[in-house]
Parts: sequence; structure tokens; C-alpha cells
Amino acid sequence: MIDVQEVGRTFTIRRRTGLLRRERRVVHAVQNLSFTVRAGEFVGYLGPNGAGKSTTIKMLTGILAPSSGRIQVAGLDPARRRTALARRIGVVFGQRTTLWWDLPLRDSFELIRHLYKVDRVAFRRRLDELTELLTLGEFLRTPVRQLSLGQRMRGDITAALLHDPRVLVLDEPTIGLDVVSKAAMRGFLRKLNAERGTTVLLTTHDMGDIEKLCDRVMLIDNGRLAFEGGIDDLRATAPEETSIEDVVARLYARGAPAAGQRQARGQ
Amino acid sequence: MSAELRYPAKATSRGRPRNQVAHGPRSRHDGTLVRNPPCAVAPARAPGEAVFQLYARIAWYGFRRYSAYRAAALAGAFTNTVFGILRAYVLIALWQARPGLAGYDVADAVTFCFLTQAFIGPMQLFGGGLGMAERIRSGDAAIDLLRPASLQGWLLADDLGRALYLFLLRSIPPTIVGALLFGLVFPSSAATWAAFAVSMLLGIVVSFGLRYLVDLSACWILDDRGTAQVSLVLSLFFSGMVVPLNIMPGWLGTATNALPWAAMVQVPADVFLGKITVTDALTFQAGWAAVTLALGAVITRAARRKVVIQGG
Ligand SMILES: Nc1ncnc2c1ncn2[C@@H]1O[C@H](COP(=O)(O)OP(=O)(O)OP(=O)(O)O)[C@@H](O)[C@H]1O
Ligand SMILES: [Mg+2]
Repeated sequence: MIDVQEVGRTFTIRRRTGLLRRERRVVHAVQNLSFTVRAGEFVGYLGPNGAGKSTTIKMLTGILAPSSGRIQVAGLDPARRRTALARRIGVVFGQRTTLWWDLPLRDSFELIRHLYKVDRVAFRRRLDELTELLTLGEFLRTPVRQLSLGQRMRGDITAALLHDPRVLVLDEPTIGLDVVSKAAMRGFLRKLNAERGTTVLLTTHDMGDIEKLCDRVMLIDNGRLAFEGGIDDLRATAPEETSIEDVVARLYARGAPAAGQRQARGQ
Repeated sequence: MSAELRYPAKATSRGRPRNQVAHGPRSRHDGTLVRNPPCAVAPARAPGEAVFQLYARIAWYGFRRYSAYRAAALAGAFTNTVFGILRAYVLIALWQARPGLAGYDVADAVTFCFLTQAFIGPMQLFGGGLGMAERIRSGDAAIDLLRPASLQGWLLADDLGRALYLFLLRSIPPTIVGALLFGLVFPSSAATWAAFAVSMLLGIVVSFGLRYLVDLSACWILDDRGTAQVSLVLSLFFSGMVVPLNIMPGWLGTATNALPWAAMVQVPADVFLGKITVTDALTFQAGWAAVTLALGAVITRAARRKVVIQGG
């Protein structure tokens, strides 16, 4: 469903160092990254701050073109077929919102219905399902700017799923949620993946998300894949640690191994 | 601008998941997601109609979005009215000293003054971007690029909604006050009113086209304040907002009358006053609308390749 082959992305930063002198620095946000996510999988995408997770997700959704390598998502090349791809995937950026700030939640959904050409009956049914599962019913008439972060996030998840995408890509969807909302969100995502078969790729800094949800984990550091495998494989990298946080902290601290001596690939 | 619109039935049917043949009983037990959902893609409809519905809705939402800021609009109406009265007295003095200046008599000049005040809101004569520059800086543009719609068409529809709202709240009040205080010249035929409506709409589109270009400049220069300021000065002087363009002598008058900014104030005002041939006026405006929109579409493509979505 998602296929990434030797993808790299560089950013050139120009900085003024003197009156006329300018310095150019090249940042390798992602380097030689390869992985695949099969249909129906629930994969966690981990990495320390600045590792390149968001950059990867931007490339998967087609809003950023890779500098090198090849990407296929739901059978399409994201950078070339961004519009067609948008109809097949759902995306949530935890820190941003797709919803219209000044309009009631319901109106944002209605606009998304037109945008994705969801047929009225299917839309109704889907919205009922989602509002029930995410307990959003009482907020449908509230302007988005009056929603709390957790309520807005549930609204955003709903918005991403109204057109029934086969793939859902989530960039820190549980950021800032309280324990109850987090549990509800996890329950929902698990259900979505198990019962509907939606493929999910999730980045998060919350190890609870990883433990409770993911079949498989990919860990990226300095733009390179540093680990790939199931949760048990992940624990096995540091058997003496008891909490998954500590296991991951060790991996982060160790830094990315040079390409080639990557951990055993899962499956 | 239609380059981005890929709505034909072909595209939607390609987006349909393959595994959806099941037509068996599909009861919906509450709280459970139904596997193998029915096709979520709308049945084939005239693509044009669907596109129109989408953009009409966006425009309607633009209207409502602005109506959340009614106090600001009313304050704007008040300011526009007060400045209209002040400027009217200045113009009356000027036209009494130089009757027939720019081909207007005193009543025409005062009407022109209140028309320019009425245009400020809908045409955003004092600048006022589309918010895109800010979204590019903050990285929220990511969301806009994720939507399967033309960015330019989207923003245009939204801006038309905004313009309609501001027309109602910021154009009508100063005009009524002006008419009561000074007695403005109004078109006498329904045809002129209709031509004026079209002319005003085209003026708004040109205004949008120009502001869109300024906003997109943020893709190349992260700080668009410079371009916005230059654009503000150009639009104030070359639209006819400050003084009627016809006042300018010789080639300067000819040149300013040919520039796109004239389509925003001078031309619609002259249509209202009956000082210009309607077909000439509308052709001129439609031409600039087409040019600015086409340029915007080309630059959007370049920007798509160029823009780096900020933030993570
Ligand atoms: N627009 C940009 N211009 C320059 N450098 C960038 C840009 N976007 C990202 N980078 C750099 O690329 C690297 C990866 O950033 P990215 O946002 O992908 O990290 P991340 O894994 O999402 O981190 P976090 O967990 O903090 O969200 C960072 O070093 C960052 O400085
Ligand atoms: Mg990030």
C-alpha cells in the first residue's frame, strides 16, 4: 500500500553570514530510506525530534517532492498525482487543522463531502458512524474555534475519514490529548484498522500509542531507518529494560547505524 | 485555473476501492464499522454541475466566515462613510474651482467619491491578502495542498463570498448616506444597473487576481510584506481611489487607464456614471481578469514545485 524506495530529501538553507556573504547549508532530512507498508497493516513511525518523520509524511502525501528515490502510495506516485491520491488517502497533521475555524464543525464536513464527492447517503451513514464512535455529536453545531484541542482533533480525524480512504496517515494525532481522549482515540483507530481494514501509518512520541496499536514499528534517526520490526523485536534490542520508553530511548541515544547494518527487517 | 480540476467521472471511478463488490445484507450495528462499505463515490453526475456546487458552497462559506466578524465590517462601513463625507467636501471645492475637470460635473465627482468609498471593502483597496502568505509561512499551506481542488479556484470562490458580504455591509451604507447628504447621480436604466453589477464583479475578480499574485510571492520571498506594500500603493493610485484617473494629463492618464488597477475603481465607477461605453468597459475588465487569473495559474504550478512546506 505504501512503498518507499531509496528516498532522500534535502533542504538547502541559505543564511546571511556577512554583509554580502551568504552561506549555503544542505540538510539531509531523509536519506536513503526504504520501507513498505502492506494493506491492512498498522505501522508506527518513530524517531527523535528532527529525525525526518514529518518530512517523510509530507512526501507520502505528495505535498513535498523527494529529492531522490521512488514512492508509491495506494498505487500512485504522490508528487505527480497529488490530487488523485488525495481521494484515496486520509491525512491528519496533529498540529494543523483541515476544519474551517469560523464555521460549525458540521459545515466543514459538508464541504468535505462536496470536495471528495461523497454521495449524500453514504456521507450521512459515515458521519453518523464516526460521530458516534468519536462522541462528537454534541459538537457538530459548534464553531471550530470554540472546540478544545481534543475535540478538534476528533473532528479532524472524522474529516480525514469521511471519504473512506484506504490509507490513513497520522502525524502525532494524540498530541495534547488527555488520558481519556487518548484511550478513546486509540480504541477508535484500532477498530478502524481491525474491522474496516484501513491501513494506518502513525507517527507519535507516545509509546503507549505504539504498544497499544502497532503491529510493526519503524524507527528513523537522522533521516535513516534505524530499526524495523514488531514490538517484541523492539523490546529484544534491549532486553534488560522494562519499559518500552527506555528501550526506545536507548535506540535514540545510539543514533542511526550506518546504512547496511540495519536491524533485521520485520516479516 | 482549470488545470487543477480533475473531476471527470473517469478520475472518480479510478479512486474507487477495488474490493467493493459485496452487495449482501449490510446491517449497521451501532458502534461498529461496516466492512466492505458501499461505494462512497457519488454516482456519475455532470462534472460541471458538481464543480459548480462545490465552488458555490465555498463562496457561501466565505460569506458566512466573514459574517463572524460583523463588528469589524460595521466599523469599516462607518469609517468609509465618514471619509466619504470629508472627501466629498474637498472634491466639491475642487470642482467648483475647476468645473468639468476630468469630464465630471460636481454631482458626478461627489458620486465618484462615494463609489470609491463603497469599493474599498469588496475590492480590498487597502490591501488585505488572502491569508495564503501567512499559511505558507506557518506551513498550514500543507492542508490546502492536500485538498483535491484547485487552490486558485478555491480562494476565488471564497473571496467572492467575502466580497458579497462586505458589499452588503460596507458598500451600501456609505452610498445611502452619500445620497441623503449630497444627492448622488444614480443610473436611470436597468441596463446600466446590470452592467454596473457585472463591472463590479469583474473588478472584484481583478482585485483577487492581483492579491493572489502578491500572496503567492511568499513562496519565493518568505516575507511578503514588501510586495504587499508596493501593491497597496499601486492599487491606491492606479485604481482611481485617490483621484479619478481622468484627471491625469496626457500619456499618464492614458497609461493609468490601461493598467489592471483601473478595472477596480475607475472603470466600474464610469459604468455607473455612464461615462464609458459598456462593452469597452467590460471587455477591458474581463481581459485583465483573464490575464491575472492565467498568470496566477501559471505561478501556482511553479509554486507547487518550488514551495517547501514549512514546519513539522
Ligand atoms: N522547510 C525546511 N527547511 C529546512 N530544513 C527543514 C525543513 N523542514 C524540515 N527540515 C529539517 O529536516 C529535519 C527533519 O524534520 P522533520 O520535521 O521531518 O522532523 P520530525 O521527525 O517530524 O521531528 P518532530 O518529532 O520534532 O516532529 C530537521 O532537521 C529539520 O530541521
Ligand atoms: Mg514532526
